[in-house]
Amino acid sequence: MLKNLCQKVFGRSLWVYHANSGGCNGCDIEVLNVLTPYYDVERFGIKLVGSPRHADVMLCQGPAMRSTGKALQRAYAAMAAPKLVFAVGSCACGGGIWHDSYAVIGPVEKIIPVNYYIPGCPPRPEAIIWGVAVAAGLVEKKTAPVEFKQTTDFQIPKYHPDLLKGTGDLVIYEKMDHI
Amino acid sequence: MSVMSKLKEVAVCLNAGRVTLPYPADPKPVPERFRGRPLFDSVKCIGCAGCANNCPSREILILDVCQEIRVLTYLGRRCTFCGRCAEVCPEKAVTMSKEFETGTDKINDLHQRLELFMSTCQRCGRCFKGQSPLEALKMKGYRVDDLANDRWVFKSTAYLKGQPGLDDLTIELEG
Repeated sequence: MLKNLCQKVFGRSLWVYHANSGGCNGCDIEVLNVLTPYYDVERFGIKLVGSPRHADVMLCQGPAMRSTGKALQRAYAAMAAPKLVFAVGSCACGGGIWHDSYAVIGPVEKIIPVNYYIPGCPPRPEAIIWGVAVAAGLVEKKTAPVEFKQTTDFQIPKYHPDLLKGTGDLVIYEKMDHI
Repeated sequence: MSVMSKLKEVAVCLNAGRVTLPYPADPKPVPERFRGRPLFDSVKCIGCAGCANNCPSREILILDVCQEIRVLTYLGRRCTFCGRCAEVCPEKAVTMSKEFETGTDKINDLHQRLELFMSTCQRCGRCFKGQSPLEALKMKGYRVDDLANDRWVFKSTAYLKGQPGLDDLTIELEG
């Protein structure tokens, strides 16, 4: 009973481990900005911890590099079992601006499974709070895939241009009857 | 002494008030020139693929499925919101929105896909575009085609025999 009560009360207080695997420090500054009194995330129970063994959530910043990929994998393996991974910034989501460099493996989901994506270069502190709030179920996500199609009213004639026979002003297509 | 300093601290704390923003409950407006995620307008887009050529992170892909359909896909996962696609677009079809709340659990939510209709020349079958202003300027006043020899003539002084040769400048001035 006490366990259920604890889960109900402390269920959404995420302890966050902050892993930078080769980012430019821009996202780090935004994450630290989130912890300031201005955007106080401790009101959601979110706390920065120093060890992956204490953490529920790993905030990944920077792409998976050849030098740090193995360490990132070990940090992920060291976390206790119900664990989430957030990819913060465009480097962690998709490989970043140096995605084609020889030192970069790619997005962090090539190394470890990623649950939530927060794009931006760097994401605003509000965007990071929004992503965490989506994960905690406080708000609904706003994005959805978009697809547009241009339609045409007129039919496109299909013929081979070699079969056009021009006689003066009149241009005739030979196989017109067959189409 | 220490009691006084504590009291001073209490006074400072009471004066400071509350600075924390009630963010996810209340929306926070962004600055005036903030660049959020780009939005692609399929009505204005002509499929020139300038955005795909200029994208530094190679996130806009162009795929010619068949002769008439060109598919433009914006993946958006490693987009840095630099705004070069919006800057280079000749038709202003790409706009940088003020959307920043894009955190999702599926990366596919960031995709935008446009299927564009490309018109083709009925003679040669290739895609074509209209005259550029430079080409229109080149045409003006200089174009007297030599139909007998089946060739284009771009300068009026060149091929027409029996007519007095005119300077290009004169033709320009007389309209």
